[in-house]
Amino acid sequence: MKLLSKIYNGIIFAFLYAPIVVLIVYSFNDSKHRVKWGGFTLDWYKELFHNELIMEALWLTLQIAVLAAVISTIIGTMAAVGIYSMNGRLRNLMMGVNNIPMVNPEIVTGISMMLMFVAIYRATGFLRPGFLTLLLAHITFCIPYVVLQVMPKLRQMNKHMYEAALDLGCRPVPAFFKVVLPEIMPGVITGALMAFTMSLDDFVISYFNSGASAQNLSVTIYSMTKKPITPEINALSTLMFGTVLLLLIIVNIRQVRDLNKQKERR
Amino acid sequence: MNEKKIIELRDIAVSFDGEPVLKNLNLSISDGEFVTLLGPSGCGKTTTLRIIAGFITPDSGDVFFDGKRVNDLPAYKRTVNTIFQRYALFPHLNVYENVAFGMRVQKKSNQEIEETVTKMLELVNLKGFEKRSVAKLSGGQQQRVAIARALANNPRVLLLDEPLAALDLKLRKDMQTELKNIQKSLGISFIYVTHDQEEALSMSDTVVVMDNGVIQQIGTPQDIYNEPQNAFVADFIGESNILDGVMLEDYLVEFFGRKFSCLDAGFEKNEPVDVVIRPEDIDIVEPVKGHLTGLVTNVTFKGVHYDTIVDFKGFKWLIQTTDYYPEGSTIGIVLNPEDIHIMKKSAYSGMFGDYSSYSEEFDELGDAVAAAEAEEEAEE
Ligand SMILES: Nc1ncnc2c1ncn2[C@@H]1O[C@H](COP(=O)(O)OP(=O)(O)OP(=O)(O)O)[C@@H](O)[C@H]1O
Ligand SMILES: [Mg+2]
Repeated sequence: MKLLSKIYNGIIFAFLYAPIVVLIVYSFNDSKHRVKWGGFTLDWYKELFHNELIMEALWLTLQIAVLAAVISTIIGTMAAVGIYSMNGRLRNLMMGVNNIPMVNPEIVTGISMMLMFVAIYRATGFLRPGFLTLLLAHITFCIPYVVLQVMPKLRQMNKHMYEAALDLGCRPVPAFFKVVLPEIMPGVITGALMAFTMSLDDFVISYFNSGASAQNLSVTIYSMTKKPITPEINALSTLMFGTVLLLLIIVNIRQVRDLNKQKERR
Repeated sequence: MNEKKIIELRDIAVSFDGEPVLKNLNLSISDGEFVTLLGPSGCGKTTTLRIIAGFITPDSGDVFFDGKRVNDLPAYKRTVNTIFQRYALFPHLNVYENVAFGMRVQKKSNQEIEETVTKMLELVNLKGFEKRSVAKLSGGQQQRVAIARALANNPRVLLLDEPLAALDLKLRKDMQTELKNIQKSLGISFIYVTHDQEEALSMSDTVVVMDNGVIQQIGTPQDIYNEPQNAFVADFIGESNILDGVMLEDYLVEFFGRKFSCLDAGFEKNEPVDVVIRPEDIDIVEPVKGHLTGLVTNVTFKGVHYDTIVDFKGFKWLIQTTDYYPEGSTIGIVLNPEDIHIMKKSAYSGMFGDYSSYSEEFDELGDAVAAAEAEEEAEE
């Protein structure tokens, strides 16, 4: 029985990861043909870094990811604090509202945001599809993830700690920065990492909100696949996969560590 | 302690979600007084404390501090400090920085901060703990840090919300003495919340007994114990046998079909009253010599004394005696005038003071419930 379940697991993982393994292997393939193995090479990676189109997209992607992570973390943390201080029923309602965008199909989110931006552009001439719309879209879909990371830290916090700071003469805003923020910091950082990862990773929402002037990596890759595909794309995809994997591992390690710390405190 | 009123609560009313939690509460506290708010869980003790601290604004009524109305003064501007039920220390700061927190906010000089922190840590017996992380301290030590942190702000009034509830019995007793000493040596007012009546009686200058959002009695521990104002207070503070009686005239009461002289006066002629008899005040004699005779139905050894349940004409009394009277024996009792306390009838009449349902199991059950509640609280 045990053996059977191991085999079963093995098959599942094979199905899940085989395409990625193929991708990674071919990114080192010294041949233009996709099916033939022509020996190991790093040429595709070299070429990648000389491809201006890709480098530009990478730079844009990083800018968007950093900005989206920072801004959505600030907004998401404030939202979490606000929701936390609501009373029971309203709080549950707001958390429900927060969770909907995460389960909502990305394509719906993407298209609806596009429609809104276009409508605003038509009406006011402001918000032409481009960098700003892409950034706003990324901030928007990142916020719920930040809220979701920060909320449990607020719940674990001794709820009288903030009051204790006020009691000792601290004004409300400094009290938040002096005692609440340090307490929820692990959640805030994990939230920021999540937001950064989600932003790097996103294709669907970016596709609808980037416009011709500001294409991020995933959108660029997609447009490249319309022309005869080069193994450069394999190399790029491998790098993106590696980066996102690394970030997710970091997020996971942080969460496990936090859980252990919680257990220790009890 | 002097007569100057430092805090006054006038006609305070508070409700949460339409549920009245405090009703028409009036309370004044003198400078240097040790006042205890005592009452069962949910009676509004914490709410009262939070009104004084400034965390709750009452729906109606006024809060005065030094004669000035402070209803709208935010918590961070009030010269009171609070010891929270579960300490609420700042885990990312060490012991020194926790104690220094209030002074740092006030931008005191480093030298002054150091002097005060050292003095405070000495006061609470935590010298040498400056650099420790507060998360690694024991419950008792955390409690001490919380006290030092609050006192370092030099408050006029210290509010303490069941500060010792999470400590074990031995440590609790030691801390009671220590807190009392600290209060005396600093000469500031303490407002102390507890639901432990022993703690309240042994520490306070004044005890405020509350139930259901209403103050039942305010008085010295002796007053509260010896002259309870109604059946609730009589039952909540210590053990009491509470009987129906009729006040025939001043200094003469009738119950169980017998007249007893007592020390109380000022009632209407033939006014129905509640009669309180403390279990430890009752003298047991031979049946023939007794004012009343009864049958022992249950005996429990309690260490210093026996809890003896005696049936008098179907009404069961609790008598605490150092002598052992076995179950089934018949005894007589003598009631002297000073053993009898008369109370006006109240909404609580008939609800307490009958030991008919008394059994050891009930006692244990009660303890188990209390323990479970305490655990729940700790988990919150
Ligand atoms: N923020 C709140 N929202 C709703 N109800 C509340 C709130 N705070 C207190 N209550 C209710 O008010 C009543 C009094 O609460 P309070 O905390 O003052 O009681 P307490 O005497 O301190 O009890 P305990 O000994 O259990 O601490 C309780 O019934 C409680 O459920
Ligand atoms: Mg309370």
